[in-house]
Amino acid sequence: MSDAAAASGTEAVHRTINAIWRIESAKLIAGLARLVRDVGLAEDLAQDAFVAALEQWPASGIPANPGGWLMAAAKHRAIDQIRRRENFDRKQSQIAGEIEHARGAGADIHESLDDDVGDDLLRLIFTACHPVLSTDARVALTLRLLGGLTTGEIARAYLASEATIAQRIVRAKRTLTEARVEFELPRGEQRDARLASVLEVIYLIFNEGYSATEGDRLIRQELCDEALRLGRILTGIAPGEPEVHGLVALMEIQASRLRARVGPTGEAILLLDQDRGRWDRLLINRGLAALDRAASLGPLGPYALQAAITACHARAATAADTDWERIVALYDALAQLTPSPVVELNRAVAIAMAFGPAAGLEIVEELSGERALERYHLLHSVRGDLLEKLGRHEEARTAFEAAASLTRNERERDLLALRARANVSPSLRMTS
Amino acid sequence: MRFMVIVKASPDSEKGVMPTTQMLADMGKYNEELVKAGVMLAGEGLHPSSKGARVRFEGKKRTVIDGPFSETKELIAGFWIWQVKSREEAMEWLKRAPFQEGEVELRQVFETEDFGDAMTPELREQEDRIRAQTEKR
Repeated sequence: MSDAAAASGTEAVHRTINAIWRIESAKLIAGLARLVRDVGLAEDLAQDAFVAALEQWPASGIPANPGGWLMAAAKHRAIDQIRRRENFDRKQSQIAGEIEHARGAGADIHESLDDDVGDDLLRLIFTACHPVLSTDARVALTLRLLGGLTTGEIARAYLASEATIAQRIVRAKRTLTEARVEFELPRGEQRDARLASVLEVIYLIFNEGYSATEGDRLIRQELCDEALRLGRILTGIAPGEPEVHGLVALMEIQASRLRARVGPTGEAILLLDQDRGRWDRLLINRGLAALDRAASLGPLGPYALQAAITACHARAATAADTDWERIVALYDALAQLTPSPVVELNRAVAIAMAFGPAAGLEIVEELSGERALERYHLLHSVRGDLLEKLGRHEEARTAFEAAASLTRNERERDLLALRARANVSPSLRMTS
Repeated sequence: MRFMVIVKASPDSEKGVMPTTQMLADMGKYNEELVKAGVMLAGEGLHPSSKGARVRFEGKKRTVIDGPFSETKELIAGFWIWQVKSREEAMEWLKRAPFQEGEVELRQVFETEDFGDAMTPELREQEDRIRAQTEKR
């Protein structure tokens, strides 16, 4: 074999090892964290095992049970490390004993851990999204520990330097250790709050990809895929939580529109103007099924309500078929659970669609006094739209101009400026 | 990226012989793993080709040919749709499938890779709501 062929062979093995890492890493880290009771240490041990695989597998071939191999290698290191410390305390020696015991007891270590894998993964995601961590740290740690993404991959997706992300992860692991965060499943009321944090982190990752306005779009779409994967995993390990299914439904249905959201020249296509034939039916069906599961488990929470709203669009064969009255009712419910001026603005849009522009404008005018929305370009753009429909062109023009001056998105600014010009009265147009 | 994993027909599947209880159990466990890993988007088994048909196109002419079809190895007995990050990941998953014989084919699904930032007020709302929540912390 030539050197080049050997190198490409090694490269192929490395790609396979990376794929195995993606499949095994979360289970590996979660299992180790339960044994050593420290997520940071567990991740280091798993990384060491991964490096050992990269060194050994190109020569030895990939083992029949790669997950079991990695776990065994990581446990060897755990015991070595603990034993090597001269003054190891009782707790550590006890852990080492437990690990040896576990090794001796199960003929197949991997098999013996299998039953608890779901709970271990759940503990891991709860830990990665722990409230002692900043939101940025939770996101990075979740992508790293649960997604199996490298620091480089996370950095590229977030347009940050690799050093920044690496440091963020190191600090997050240290924070968890210093705060003595237990590798446990939260119970009772605490569980709801902690679950909310997990869902928020996953949805943040999704939105980072979905609303990408800069950077490599392909990489950003990977974030949507990653968030969906995390959500789908979560439905498997926490199947009784309605909002888990609600969030997954929301993400599936939103993701179904990804390829219809942009025109041939890169221009944005609004929901109602999208070619519905380009919507991904597979994801829509998955989303609707997830929404049904959420509904079967209890009253709809904020994620499930948002999913139900997106589902109204997904179910409509054409924009004209949209059940706006139902959307209004769902926004009413959402406004009750999570009241905010932005929810109100969306409710106003739905009301305008269901009951005419004047009814919608009434709410928008009330909102115009809200300081929180003053510099929100969509308030002005919605207002301009409704005024235009009511034939109040002069006011519509001013509103679109205000919206254009506030948006940060260039394409959107062009569109809004165009709409402002369309509302210039014919007499003025002649003189200009 | 998505892959279609195509399970080829066998003389048994074409005869409509049902899989053994053991095979069904193994396959059930495997499917569960795929679902729990967030990999499986869809998966179905197909009836034998004797229940199928083909339509042949020649210009404006259409000819219906009823099954069964003879070239067993070229026929399809079932498929999965998987969402993975790389071709290698799909292959690793496939290697774990509990088949004892035969061949299973991996094919990548075409996807529109570019998408944009079209944002409806509803979608913006979700984003801003989350952002507002985050900023509160």
